[in-house]
Amino acid sequence: MSDATPNGDGAPFLEVRDVYKSYGDKLVLDNIDLTVAKGELCCVIGPSGCGKSTLLRLILGQERVTGGEIRIEGGPVGWPGVDRGVVYQRYSLFPHLTVLENVTLGRRLRCGWLEFRKRRAEFEEEANGYLAEVGLTGHGHKHPHELSGGMQQRVAVAQSLILQPKILLMDEPFGALDPSTREDVQLFLLELWETHGMTIFFVTHDLEEAAFLGSRLLVLSQYYRDDRGVSAERGAKIVSDQRLHAPGTALSTRTKQSDGFSELVARARQAGFDPEHLQHAREFDLAHPDSVQTLTSEEDGRGD
Amino acid sequence: MRAPRLLGLHASPGRGLALLLAAIPFVLIVGGYWMASSARLAENPNDKLLPAFSTMAESMHRLAFTEDKRSGGYVFWQDTLSSLRRLGIGVGLAALVGLAVGLPVGLYPGLRSLLLAVVTFLSIIPPLALLPILFISFGVDELSKVVLIFLGTVFVITRDVYLTTRAIPAEQITKALTLGATHLAVATQVVLPQVLPRLLDTVRLTLGAGWLFLIAAEAIASTDGLGYRIFLMRRYLAMDVILPYVLWITLLGFVLDWTLRTIVARRFGWYEATRT
Repeated sequence: MSDATPNGDGAPFLEVRDVYKSYGDKLVLDNIDLTVAKGELCCVIGPSGCGKSTLLRLILGQERVTGGEIRIEGGPVGWPGVDRGVVYQRYSLFPHLTVLENVTLGRRLRCGWLEFRKRRAEFEEEANGYLAEVGLTGHGHKHPHELSGGMQQRVAVAQSLILQPKILLMDEPFGALDPSTREDVQLFLLELWETHGMTIFFVTHDLEEAAFLGSRLLVLSQYYRDDRGVSAERGAKIVSDQRLHAPGTALSTRTKQSDGFSELVARARQAGFDPEHLQHAREFDLAHPDSVQTLTSEEDGRGD
Repeated sequence: MRAPRLLGLHASPGRGLALLLAAIPFVLIVGGYWMASSARLAENPNDKLLPAFSTMAESMHRLAFTEDKRSGGYVFWQDTLSSLRRLGIGVGLAALVGLAVGLPVGLYPGLRSLLLAVVTFLSIIPPLALLPILFISFGVDELSKVVLIFLGTVFVITRDVYLTTRAIPAEQITKALTLGATHLAVATQVVLPQVLPRLLDTVRLTLGAGWLFLIAAEAIASTDGLGYRIFLMRRYLAMDVILPYVLWITLLGFVLDWTLRTIVARRFGWYEATRT
Protein backbone atom coordinates (compact mmCIF):
# COMPACT_ATOMS: atom_id res chain seq x y z
CA MET A 1 0.00 0.00 0.00
CA SER A 2 2.93 2.36 0.56
CA ASP A 3 3.22 3.47 -3.09
CA ALA A 4 -0.39 4.54 -3.17
CA THR A 5 -0.06 7.09 -0.42
CA PRO A 6 2.56 9.56 -1.60
CA ASN A 7 0.95 12.53 0.09
CA GLY A 8 1.32 10.84 3.44
CA ASP A 9 -2.17 11.61 4.74
CA GLY A 10 -3.24 8.01 4.36
CA ALA A 11 -5.54 8.52 1.36
CA PRO A 12 -4.45 6.83 -1.87
CA PHE A 13 -4.30 9.05 -4.97
CA LEU A 14 -7.14 7.22 -6.71
CA GLU A 15 -9.29 4.89 -4.70
CA VAL A 16 -12.10 2.70 -6.02
CA ARG A 17 -13.83 0.93 -3.17
CA ASP A 18 -16.49 -1.81 -3.39
CA VAL A 19 -17.80 -0.36 -6.64
CA TYR A 20 -20.79 -1.96 -8.34
CA LYS A 21 -22.33 -0.76 -11.56
CA SER A 22 -25.42 -2.19 -13.18
CA TYR A 23 -27.59 -1.14 -16.09
CA GLY A 24 -31.08 -2.29 -15.33
CA ASP A 25 -30.80 -5.98 -14.44
CA LYS A 26 -27.37 -6.35 -15.95
CA LEU A 27 -24.52 -6.21 -13.45
CA VAL A 28 -21.40 -4.92 -15.19
CA LEU A 29 -18.89 -4.13 -12.46
CA ASP A 30 -18.92 -6.45 -9.48
CA ASN A 31 -17.29 -5.29 -6.24
CA ILE A 32 -14.28 -3.54 -7.76
CA ASP A 33 -11.48 -2.49 -5.43
CA LEU A 34 -8.56 -0.51 -6.75
CA THR A 35 -6.01 2.01 -5.61
CA VAL A 36 -3.72 3.77 -8.02
CA ALA A 37 -0.59 5.68 -7.07
CA LYS A 38 0.33 9.10 -8.42
CA GLY A 39 2.45 8.92 -11.54
CA GLU A 40 1.25 5.50 -12.57
CA LEU A 41 0.37 4.67 -16.17
CA CYS A 42 -2.34 2.24 -15.34
CA CYS A 43 -3.60 0.17 -18.26
CA VAL A 44 -6.90 -1.67 -18.09
CA ILE A 45 -7.72 -4.45 -20.51
CA GLY A 46 -10.43 -7.02 -20.72
CA PRO A 47 -12.78 -8.76 -23.15
CA SER A 48 -15.33 -6.57 -24.88
CA GLY A 49 -18.32 -5.83 -22.70
CA CYS A 50 -16.39 -6.37 -19.47
CA GLY A 51 -17.01 -2.80 -18.34
CA LYS A 52 -13.57 -1.28 -18.66
CA SER A 53 -14.93 1.84 -20.34
CA THR A 54 -17.68 1.91 -17.74
CA LEU A 55 -15.07 1.97 -15.00
CA LEU A 56 -13.36 4.88 -16.75
CA ARG A 57 -16.61 6.80 -17.08
CA LEU A 58 -17.31 6.26 -13.39
CA ILE A 59 -13.92 7.70 -12.46
CA LEU A 60 -14.55 10.55 -14.88
CA GLY A 61 -17.91 11.29 -13.30
CA GLN A 62 -19.78 10.88 -16.57
CA GLU A 63 -21.78 8.06 -14.94
CA ARG A 64 -22.72 7.31 -11.34
CA VAL A 65 -21.83 4.18 -9.38
CA THR A 66 -24.63 1.80 -8.35
CA GLY A 67 -22.77 1.00 -5.14
CA GLY A 68 -19.45 1.82 -3.48
CA GLU A 69 -17.39 4.94 -3.90
CA ILE A 70 -14.59 6.47 -5.92
CA ARG A 71 -12.22 9.05 -4.44
CA ILE A 72 -9.42 11.13 -5.85
CA GLU A 73 -6.95 12.46 -3.28
CA GLY A 74 -9.47 11.58 -0.61
CA GLY A 75 -12.41 13.48 -2.12
CA PRO A 76 -15.37 11.90 -3.90
CA VAL A 77 -15.16 12.29 -7.68
CA GLY A 78 -18.48 14.05 -8.33
CA TRP A 79 -19.37 15.35 -11.79
CA PRO A 80 -16.80 15.75 -14.57
CA GLY A 81 -14.44 18.60 -13.77
CA VAL A 82 -11.05 20.11 -14.43
CA ASP A 83 -9.17 17.76 -12.08
CA ARG A 84 -9.72 14.88 -14.55
CA GLY A 85 -8.79 15.16 -18.22
CA VAL A 86 -10.17 12.80 -20.83
CA VAL A 87 -9.26 11.60 -24.30
CA TYR A 88 -11.78 9.44 -26.13
CA GLN A 89 -11.35 7.33 -29.22
CA ARG A 90 -13.51 9.86 -31.10
CA TYR A 91 -15.21 13.18 -30.41
CA SER A 92 -12.48 14.53 -28.17
CA LEU A 93 -11.99 17.58 -30.36
CA PHE A 94 -14.55 20.22 -31.16
CA PRO A 95 -15.07 20.24 -34.93
CA HIS A 96 -15.98 23.93 -35.10
CA LEU A 97 -12.75 25.13 -33.49
CA THR A 98 -9.31 25.29 -35.02
CA VAL A 99 -6.53 23.20 -33.49
CA LEU A 100 -5.21 26.22 -31.59
CA GLU A 101 -8.68 27.13 -30.35
CA ASN A 102 -9.23 23.54 -29.26
CA VAL A 103 -6.04 23.61 -27.21
CA THR A 104 -6.70 27.03 -25.67
CA LEU A 105 -10.36 26.17 -24.99
CA GLY A 106 -9.62 25.05 -21.44
CA ARG A 107 -8.06 28.42 -20.67
CA ARG A 108 -10.91 30.31 -22.31
CA LEU A 109 -13.57 28.40 -20.41
CA ARG A 110 -11.68 28.67 -17.14
CA CYS A 111 -10.95 32.37 -17.10
CA GLY A 112 -13.91 33.73 -19.00
CA TRP A 113 -14.16 35.66 -22.20
CA LEU A 114 -12.92 39.08 -21.07
CA GLU A 115 -9.87 37.80 -19.25
CA PHE A 116 -9.12 35.48 -22.16
CA ARG A 117 -9.16 38.38 -24.61
CA LYS A 118 -6.70 40.27 -22.44
CA ARG A 119 -4.29 37.36 -22.05
CA ARG A 120 -4.89 35.80 -25.44
CA ALA A 121 -1.29 36.10 -26.66
CA GLU A 122 0.01 34.46 -23.50
CA PHE A 123 -2.42 31.54 -23.77
CA GLU A 124 -1.75 31.03 -27.46
CA GLU A 125 1.96 30.94 -26.79
CA GLU A 126 1.34 28.34 -24.12
CA ALA A 127 -0.85 26.31 -26.49
CA ASN A 128 1.75 26.54 -29.23
CA GLY A 129 4.25 25.17 -26.72
CA TYR A 130 2.04 22.15 -26.17
CA LEU A 131 1.47 21.76 -29.91
CA ALA A 132 5.25 21.78 -30.42
CA GLU A 133 5.58 19.14 -27.74
CA VAL A 134 3.09 16.86 -29.49
CA GLY A 135 4.83 17.47 -32.81
CA LEU A 136 2.18 19.64 -34.43
CA THR A 137 3.87 23.01 -34.83
CA GLY A 138 2.31 24.89 -37.73
CA HIS A 139 -1.00 23.05 -37.66
CA GLY A 140 -2.72 25.45 -35.24
CA HIS A 141 -4.86 27.16 -37.85
CA LYS A 142 -6.36 23.93 -39.21
CA HIS A 143 -9.65 22.39 -38.22
CA PRO A 144 -9.68 18.86 -36.75
CA HIS A 145 -11.12 17.29 -39.91
CA GLU A 146 -8.03 18.42 -41.81
CA LEU A 147 -5.77 16.30 -39.57
CA SER A 148 -5.09 12.57 -39.68
CA GLY A 149 -6.45 10.36 -36.90
CA GLY A 150 -3.09 10.18 -35.12
CA MET A 151 -2.66 13.96 -35.23
CA GLN A 152 -6.17 14.47 -33.89
CA GLN A 153 -5.39 12.30 -30.87
CA ARG A 154 -2.18 14.23 -30.22
CA VAL A 155 -4.17 17.46 -30.25
CA ALA A 156 -6.70 15.89 -27.88
CA VAL A 157 -3.88 15.08 -25.45
CA ALA A 158 -2.50 18.64 -25.70
CA GLN A 159 -6.00 19.99 -25.17
CA SER A 160 -6.31 18.02 -21.94
CA LEU A 161 -2.81 18.82 -20.71
CA ILE A 162 -3.23 22.59 -20.75
CA LEU A 163 -5.26 22.55 -17.54
CA GLN A 164 -2.80 20.13 -15.86
CA PRO A 165 -5.40 17.62 -14.66
CA LYS A 166 -4.56 15.38 -11.71
CA ILE A 167 -5.28 12.34 -13.81
CA LEU A 168 -5.68 11.79 -17.54
CA LEU A 169 -8.32 9.23 -18.48
CA MET A 170 -7.92 7.67 -21.92
CA ASP A 171 -10.66 5.49 -23.38
CA GLU A 172 -9.25 3.39 -26.24
CA PRO A 173 -7.57 6.56 -27.53
CA PHE A 174 -5.60 4.79 -30.26
CA GLY A 175 -8.24 2.19 -31.14
CA ALA A 176 -9.12 3.74 -34.49
CA LEU A 177 -5.55 4.20 -35.72
CA ASP A 178 -3.66 2.04 -38.16
CA PRO A 179 -0.81 -0.05 -36.67
CA SER A 180 2.17 2.12 -37.63
CA THR A 181 0.50 5.35 -36.52
CA ARG A 182 -0.48 3.55 -33.39
CA GLU A 183 3.08 2.70 -32.46
CA ASP A 184 4.09 6.34 -33.05
CA VAL A 185 1.47 7.72 -30.71
CA GLN A 186 2.22 5.06 -28.11
CA LEU A 187 5.84 6.18 -27.98
CA PHE A 188 4.71 9.79 -27.97
CA LEU A 189 2.45 9.11 -24.98
CA LEU A 190 5.25 7.40 -23.06
CA GLU A 191 7.50 10.40 -23.64
CA LEU A 192 4.85 12.81 -22.43
CA TRP A 193 4.17 10.64 -19.41
CA GLU A 194 7.87 10.70 -18.53
CA THR A 195 8.34 14.44 -18.95
CA HIS A 196 5.16 15.52 -17.17
CA GLY A 197 5.01 12.80 -14.52
CA MET A 198 1.34 12.39 -15.34
CA THR A 199 -1.03 9.89 -13.81
CA ILE A 200 -2.81 8.10 -16.64
CA PHE A 201 -5.70 5.66 -16.59
CA PHE A 202 -5.63 3.97 -19.97
CA VAL A 203 -8.37 1.66 -21.23
CA THR A 204 -7.73 -0.51 -24.27
CA HIS A 205 -8.84 -3.82 -25.72
CA ASP A 206 -5.38 -4.42 -27.17
CA LEU A 207 -3.35 -6.56 -24.79
CA GLU A 208 -0.01 -5.84 -26.41
CA GLU A 209 -0.66 -2.12 -26.27
CA ALA A 210 -1.50 -2.36 -22.57
CA ALA A 211 1.52 -4.51 -21.77
CA PHE A 212 3.82 -2.21 -23.73
CA LEU A 213 2.55 1.10 -22.35
CA GLY A 214 1.59 0.37 -18.81
CA SER A 215 3.59 0.67 -15.65
CA ARG A 216 0.74 -1.35 -14.24
CA LEU A 217 -1.55 -3.79 -15.98
CA LEU A 218 -5.06 -4.52 -14.76
CA VAL A 219 -7.15 -7.26 -16.32
CA LEU A 220 -10.88 -6.82 -15.90
CA SER A 221 -12.95 -9.87 -16.75
CA GLN A 222 -16.25 -11.62 -16.25
CA TYR A 223 -14.55 -15.03 -16.61
CA TYR A 224 -13.92 -16.27 -13.04
CA ARG A 225 -15.69 -18.26 -10.38
CA ASP A 226 -16.44 -17.71 -6.73
CA ASP A 227 -18.58 -19.24 -3.99
CA ARG A 228 -21.84 -17.47 -4.92
CA GLY A 229 -23.18 -20.51 -6.77
CA VAL A 230 -23.62 -21.06 -10.48
CA SER A 231 -26.87 -19.15 -10.86
CA ALA A 232 -25.67 -15.93 -9.23
CA GLU A 233 -25.59 -12.75 -11.36
CA ARG A 234 -21.95 -11.82 -11.80
CA GLY A 235 -20.17 -8.78 -13.21
CA ALA A 236 -16.55 -8.23 -14.08
CA LYS A 237 -13.80 -8.19 -11.48
CA ILE A 238 -10.13 -7.34 -11.58
CA VAL A 239 -8.68 -10.81 -12.14
CA SER A 240 -5.04 -9.83 -12.53
CA ASP A 241 -3.00 -6.86 -11.34
CA GLN A 242 0.68 -6.67 -12.27
CA ARG A 243 3.51 -4.20 -11.88
CA LEU A 244 5.20 -4.00 -15.27
CA HIS A 245 8.11 -1.62 -15.16
CA ALA A 246 9.37 1.54 -13.62
CA PRO A 247 9.01 4.71 -15.71
CA GLY A 248 11.63 4.99 -18.44
CA THR A 249 12.33 1.35 -19.03
CA ALA A 250 9.86 0.70 -21.81
CA LEU A 251 10.86 3.37 -24.27
CA SER A 252 11.75 0.91 -26.97
CA THR A 253 9.46 -1.01 -29.25
CA ARG A 254 11.96 -3.88 -29.01
CA THR A 255 10.44 -4.72 -25.65
CA LYS A 256 7.60 -6.23 -27.61
CA GLN A 257 9.89 -8.91 -29.01
CA SER A 258 11.31 -10.11 -25.69
CA ASP A 259 10.34 -13.47 -24.12
CA GLY A 260 9.21 -11.90 -20.89
CA PHE A 261 6.82 -9.69 -22.82
CA SER A 262 5.13 -12.51 -24.70
CA GLU A 263 4.87 -14.54 -21.51
CA LEU A 264 3.22 -11.61 -19.75
CA VAL A 265 0.77 -11.16 -22.62
CA ALA A 266 -0.01 -14.88 -22.65
CA ARG A 267 -0.69 -14.95 -18.90
CA ALA A 268 -2.93 -11.88 -19.06
CA ARG A 269 -4.79 -13.37 -22.02
CA GLN A 270 -5.44 -16.58 -20.13
CA ALA A 271 -6.54 -14.75 -16.99
CA GLY A 272 -8.95 -12.41 -18.72
CA PHE A 273 -9.90 -13.56 -22.18
CA ASP A 274 -10.36 -17.32 -21.89
CA PRO A 275 -13.98 -18.22 -21.02
CA GLU A 276 -12.84 -21.77 -20.18
CA HIS A 277 -10.21 -20.64 -17.71
CA LEU A 278 -12.13 -19.79 -14.55
CA GLN A 279 -9.93 -18.94 -11.60
CA HIS A 280 -11.48 -18.66 -8.19
CA ALA A 281 -11.75 -15.09 -6.94
CA ARG A 282 -9.50 -16.12 -4.01
CA GLU A 283 -6.72 -17.11 -6.37
CA PHE A 284 -6.53 -14.07 -8.66
CA ASP A 285 -2.97 -13.04 -9.43
CA LEU A 286 -2.97 -9.65 -7.74
CA ALA A 287 0.77 -9.20 -7.42
CA HIS A 288 0.93 -5.40 -7.63
CA PRO A 289 1.88 -3.83 -4.28
CA ASP A 290 -1.07 -1.40 -4.45
CA SER A 291 -3.51 -4.17 -5.09
CA VAL A 292 -6.46 -4.45 -2.73
CA GLN A 293 -9.21 -7.01 -2.81
CA THR A 294 -12.09 -7.26 -0.39
CA LEU A 295 -14.32 -10.22 -1.12
CA THR A 296 -17.75 -10.50 0.47
CA SER A 297 -18.48 -13.61 2.53
CA GLU A 298 -20.77 -14.84 -0.26
CA GLU A 299 -17.94 -14.55 -2.79
CA ASP A 300 -15.46 -16.28 -0.54
CA GLY A 301 -17.37 -19.05 1.28
CA ARG A 302 -14.44 -19.95 3.54
CA GLY A 303 -14.67 -16.55 5.19
CA ASP A 304 -11.71 -15.02 6.96
CA MET B 1 -10.53 3.06 -72.34
CA ARG B 2 -12.40 6.32 -72.79
CA ALA B 3 -15.39 7.08 -70.63
CA PRO B 4 -18.59 7.63 -72.59
CA ARG B 5 -19.74 11.27 -72.73
CA LEU B 6 -23.41 10.80 -72.07
CA LEU B 7 -24.76 7.32 -71.52
CA GLY B 8 -24.39 4.71 -68.81
CA LEU B 9 -22.94 4.50 -65.32
CA HIS B 10 -19.47 5.55 -66.42
CA ALA B 11 -20.51 8.68 -68.30
CA SER B 12 -18.46 11.78 -67.58
CA PRO B 13 -19.90 14.75 -69.43
CA GLY B 14 -17.38 17.58 -69.38
CA ARG B 15 -18.17 21.01 -67.97
CA GLY B 16 -19.32 22.44 -71.28
CA LEU B 17 -21.54 19.51 -72.15
CA ALA B 18 -23.00 19.47 -68.64
CA LEU B 19 -24.02 23.13 -68.98
CA LEU B 20 -25.48 22.46 -72.38
CA LEU B 21 -27.44 19.48 -71.06
CA ALA B 22 -28.79 21.51 -68.17
CA ALA B 23 -29.94 24.22 -70.58
CA ILE B 24 -31.89 21.85 -72.82
CA PRO B 25 -35.01 21.42 -70.62
CA PHE B 26 -35.23 25.20 -70.09
CA VAL B 27 -34.97 25.86 -73.80
CA LEU B 28 -37.63 23.22 -74.49
CA ILE B 29 -40.03 24.75 -71.96
CA VAL B 30 -39.59 28.30 -73.27
CA GLY B 31 -39.71 27.15 -76.88
CA GLY B 32 -42.78 25.00 -76.28
CA TYR B 33 -44.55 27.89 -74.60
CA TRP B 34 -43.63 30.24 -77.42
CA MET B 35 -44.97 27.88 -80.07
CA ALA B 36 -48.21 27.18 -78.20
CA SER B 37 -48.70 30.87 -77.46
CA SER B 38 -48.08 31.91 -81.09
CA ALA B 39 -50.48 29.25 -82.34
CA ARG B 40 -53.29 30.38 -80.01
CA LEU B 41 -52.70 34.09 -80.71
CA ALA B 42 -52.77 33.45 -84.48
CA GLU B 43 -56.22 31.97 -84.05
CA ASN B 44 -57.49 34.62 -81.63
CA PRO B 45 -55.42 37.77 -81.05
CA ASN B 46 -57.38 38.50 -77.83
CA ASP B 47 -56.49 35.16 -76.22
CA LYS B 48 -55.48 35.70 -72.58
CA LEU B 49 -54.41 32.19 -71.60
CA LEU B 50 -50.93 32.10 -73.14
CA PRO B 51 -49.83 35.73 -73.64
CA ALA B 52 -46.89 36.53 -75.89
CA PHE B 53 -43.53 37.35 -74.27
CA SER B 54 -43.86 40.90 -75.57
CA THR B 55 -47.21 41.33 -73.78
CA MET B 56 -45.71 40.07 -70.52
CA ALA B 57 -42.78 42.46 -70.90
CA GLU B 58 -45.13 45.38 -71.49
CA SER B 59 -47.25 44.56 -68.45
CA MET B 60 -44.25 44.10 -66.22
CA HIS B 61 -42.71 47.33 -67.48
CA ARG B 62 -45.92 49.09 -66.56
CA LEU B 63 -46.01 47.57 -63.07
CA ALA B 64 -42.32 47.98 -62.34
CA PHE B 65 -41.39 51.31 -63.90
CA THR B 66 -44.46 53.50 -64.12
CA GLU B 67 -45.96 55.14 -61.08
CA ASP B 68 -49.30 53.74 -60.05
CA LYS B 69 -51.87 56.53 -60.18
CA ARG B 70 -53.83 55.26 -57.21
CA SER B 71 -51.08 54.56 -54.70
CA GLY B 72 -48.32 56.75 -56.11
CA GLY B 73 -45.79 53.88 -55.87
CA TYR B 74 -44.38 51.25 -58.16
CA VAL B 75 -46.66 48.25 -57.78
CA PHE B 76 -44.17 45.52 -58.59
CA TRP B 77 -41.50 46.73 -56.19
CA GLN B 78 -44.03 47.51 -53.51
CA ASP B 79 -45.37 43.94 -53.78
CA THR B 80 -41.86 42.47 -53.67
CA LEU B 81 -40.85 44.55 -50.68
CA SER B 82 -43.99 43.77 -48.68
CA SER B 83 -43.76 40.04 -49.34
CA LEU B 84 -40.06 39.79 -48.56
CA ARG B 85 -40.55 41.77 -45.37
CA ARG B 86 -43.33 39.45 -44.18
CA LEU B 87 -41.33 36.37 -45.12
CA GLY B 88 -38.14 37.69 -43.54
CA ILE B 89 -39.76 38.69 -40.25
CA GLY B 90 -41.81 35.49 -40.03
CA VAL B 91 -39.07 33.00 -40.82
CA GLY B 92 -36.39 35.08 -39.03
CA LEU B 93 -38.40 35.12 -35.81
CA ALA B 94 -39.12 31.42 -36.22
CA ALA B 95 -35.38 30.73 -36.53
CA LEU B 96 -34.57 32.77 -33.40
CA VAL B 97 -37.35 31.22 -31.34
CA GLY B 98 -36.59 27.74 -32.70
CA LEU B 99 -32.98 28.14 -31.62
CA ALA B 100 -33.85 29.63 -28.25
CA VAL B 101 -36.23 26.76 -27.47
CA GLY B 102 -34.80 23.78 -29.37
CA LEU B 103 -31.24 24.08 -28.08
CA PRO B 104 -31.97 24.25 -24.32
CA VAL B 105 -34.67 21.59 -24.62
CA GLY B 106 -32.18 19.32 -26.38
CA LEU B 107 -29.41 20.00 -23.88
CA TYR B 108 -31.01 20.20 -20.44
CA PRO B 109 -33.07 17.17 -19.36
CA GLY B 110 -35.26 19.19 -17.01
CA LEU B 111 -36.38 21.55 -19.76
CA ARG B 112 -36.82 18.57 -22.04
CA SER B 113 -39.30 17.02 -19.62
CA LEU B 114 -41.12 20.34 -19.35
CA LEU B 115 -41.38 21.34 -23.01
CA LEU B 116 -40.74 18.49 -25.43
CA ALA B 117 -44.22 16.99 -25.25
CA VAL B 118 -46.01 20.31 -25.69
CA VAL B 119 -43.77 21.40 -28.59
CA THR B 120 -44.37 18.09 -30.35
CA PHE B 121 -48.11 18.41 -29.77
CA LEU B 122 -48.33 21.99 -31.03
CA SER B 123 -46.25 21.17 -34.09
CA ILE B 124 -48.97 18.85 -35.36
CA ILE B 125 -51.62 21.61 -35.57
CA PRO B 126 -52.01 22.51 -39.28
CA PRO B 127 -51.07 26.23 -39.37
CA LEU B 128 -53.55 27.08 -42.12
CA ALA B 129 -56.36 25.88 -39.88
CA LEU B 130 -55.31 28.64 -37.49
CA LEU B 131 -55.63 31.36 -40.10
CA PRO B 132 -59.22 32.27 -39.23
CA ILE B 133 -58.25 32.45 -35.56
CA LEU B 134 -55.34 34.72 -36.45
CA PHE B 135 -57.55 37.00 -38.53
CA ILE B 136 -60.07 37.20 -35.71
CA SER B 137 -57.51 37.86 -32.99
CA PHE B 138 -54.88 39.95 -34.82
CA GLY B 139 -57.03 41.55 -37.51
CA VAL B 140 -56.46 41.17 -41.22
CA ASP B 141 -53.35 43.33 -41.58
CA GLU B 142 -49.61 42.65 -41.32
CA LEU B 143 -49.49 40.97 -37.94
CA SER B 144 -51.64 37.96 -38.73
CA LYS B 145 -49.72 37.23 -41.94
CA VAL B 146 -46.37 37.33 -40.15
CA VAL B 147 -47.76 35.22 -37.32
CA LEU B 148 -48.99 32.63 -39.81
CA ILE B 149 -45.55 32.33 -41.43
CA PHE B 150 -44.00 32.19 -37.98
CA LEU B 151 -46.33 29.45 -36.78
CA GLY B 152 -45.93 27.54 -40.01
CA THR B 153 -42.16 27.31 -39.70
CA VAL B 154 -41.22 27.65 -36.02
CA PHE B 155 -42.01 24.10 -34.98
CA VAL B 156 -40.06 22.41 -37.75
CA ILE B 157 -37.08 24.60 -36.90
CA THR B 158 -37.43 23.97 -33.16
CA ARG B 159 -37.59 20.24 -33.61
CA ASP B 160 -34.66 20.24 -36.00
CA VAL B 161 -32.52 22.30 -33.61
CA TYR B 162 -33.57 19.92 -30.85
CA LEU B 163 -32.53 16.87 -32.87
CA THR B 164 -29.26 18.48 -33.91
CA THR B 165 -28.49 19.26 -30.28
CA ARG B 166 -29.30 15.71 -29.21
CA ALA B 167 -27.00 14.35 -31.92
CA ILE B 168 -23.96 16.05 -30.38
CA PRO B 169 -22.02 13.20 -28.73
CA ALA B 170 -22.18 13.02 -24.93
CA GLU B 171 -18.37 12.76 -25.04
CA GLN B 172 -18.15 16.37 -26.22
CA ILE B 173 -20.29 17.63 -23.36
CA THR B 174 -18.20 15.70 -20.82
CA LYS B 175 -15.00 16.86 -22.48
CA ALA B 176 -16.13 20.50 -22.22
CA LEU B 177 -16.89 19.99 -18.52
CA THR B 178 -13.40 18.60 -17.93
CA LEU B 179 -12.07 21.76 -19.58
CA GLY B 180 -13.89 23.91 -17.07
CA ALA B 181 -17.09 24.75 -18.95
CA THR B 182 -20.08 25.87 -16.90
CA HIS B 183 -23.48 24.41 -17.77
CA LEU B 184 -24.25 27.64 -19.62
CA ALA B 185 -20.91 27.65 -21.45
CA VAL B 186 -21.61 24.17 -22.79
CA ALA B 187 -24.68 25.65 -24.47
CA THR B 188 -23.03 28.82 -25.77
CA GLN B 189 -19.51 27.62 -26.58
CA VAL B 190 -19.94 24.00 -27.57
CA VAL B 191 -23.48 23.40 -28.77
CA LEU B 192 -24.52 26.76 -30.25
CA PRO B 193 -21.63 27.10 -32.72
CA GLN B 194 -22.24 23.56 -33.94
CA VAL B 195 -25.99 24.07 -34.31
CA LEU B 196 -25.75 27.38 -36.22
CA PRO B 197 -24.77 26.08 -39.68
CA ARG B 198 -27.41 23.40 -39.46
CA LEU B 199 -29.93 26.09 -38.49
CA LEU B 200 -29.12 28.03 -41.66
CA ASP B 201 -29.59 24.85 -43.68
CA THR B 202 -32.94 24.26 -42.00
CA VAL B 203 -34.05 27.84 -42.66
CA ARG B 204 -33.22 27.23 -46.32
CA LEU B 205 -35.50 24.23 -46.43
CA THR B 206 -38.18 25.99 -44.39
CA LEU B 207 -38.36 28.96 -46.77
CA GLY B 208 -40.42 26.80 -49.12
CA ALA B 209 -43.09 26.39 -46.45
CA GLY B 210 -42.66 30.09 -45.63
CA TRP B 211 -43.58 31.10 -49.19
CA LEU B 212 -46.58 28.80 -49.08
CA PHE B 213 -47.99 30.44 -45.96
CA LEU B 214 -47.09 33.92 -47.22
CA ILE B 215 -49.01 33.51 -50.45
CA ALA B 216 -51.93 31.81 -48.72
CA ALA B 217 -52.24 34.71 -46.26
CA GLU B 218 -51.85 37.36 -48.96
CA ALA B 219 -54.40 35.63 -51.16
CA ILE B 220 -57.03 35.78 -48.48
CA ALA B 221 -56.55 39.24 -46.99
CA SER B 222 -54.11 41.84 -48.13
CA THR B 223 -53.69 45.10 -50.01
CA ASP B 224 -50.31 44.36 -51.54
CA GLY B 225 -47.76 41.58 -51.91
CA LEU B 226 -46.77 39.12 -54.60
CA GLY B 227 -49.42 36.59 -53.61
CA TYR B 228 -52.07 39.29 -53.39
CA ARG B 229 -51.28 40.51 -56.93
CA ILE B 230 -51.43 37.01 -58.40
CA PHE B 231 -54.82 36.30 -56.88
CA LEU B 232 -56.10 39.78 -57.79
CA MET B 233 -55.04 39.33 -61.40
CA ARG B 234 -56.74 35.96 -61.53
CA ARG B 235 -60.07 37.79 -61.63
CA TYR B 236 -59.05 39.45 -64.89
CA LEU B 237 -57.42 36.32 -66.33
CA ALA B 238 -54.29 38.49 -66.55
CA MET B 239 -51.83 35.73 -67.31
CA ASP B 240 -49.43 38.37 -68.64
CA VAL B 241 -48.93 39.46 -65.01
CA ILE B 242 -49.42 36.17 -63.21
CA LEU B 243 -46.78 34.23 -65.15
CA PRO B 244 -43.97 36.79 -64.65
CA TYR B 245 -44.89 37.08 -60.97
CA VAL B 246 -44.63 33.32 -60.48
CA LEU B 247 -41.28 33.38 -62.25
CA TRP B 248 -40.15 36.29 -60.06
CA ILE B 249 -41.15 34.44 -56.84
CA THR B 250 -39.20 31.41 -58.04
CA LEU B 251 -36.19 33.56 -58.77
CA LEU B 252 -36.36 35.25 -55.35
CA GLY B 253 -36.60 31.84 -53.67
CA PHE B 254 -33.63 30.62 -55.63
CA VAL B 255 -31.50 33.66 -54.71
CA LEU B 256 -32.40 33.33 -51.01
CA ASP B 257 -31.51 29.64 -51.08
CA TRP B 258 -28.23 30.31 -52.86
CA THR B 259 -27.33 33.11 -50.43
CA LEU B 260 -27.86 30.92 -47.37
CA ARG B 261 -26.00 28.03 -48.94
CA THR B 262 -23.07 30.29 -49.76
CA ILE B 263 -22.98 31.67 -46.21
CA VAL B 264 -22.84 28.12 -44.80
CA ALA B 265 -20.08 27.11 -47.21
CA ARG B 266 -18.01 30.26 -46.59
CA ARG B 267 -18.44 30.71 -42.85
CA PHE B 268 -18.73 27.07 -41.75
CA GLY B 269 -16.25 25.13 -43.85
CA TRP B 270 -15.84 22.51 -41.09
CA TYR B 271 -19.57 21.81 -41.22
CA GLU B 272 -19.60 21.10 -44.94
CA ALA B 273 -16.53 18.90 -44.57
CA THR B 274 -17.66 16.84 -41.58
CA ARG B 275 -21.34 16.28 -42.13
CA THR B 276 -22.25 12.76 -43.07
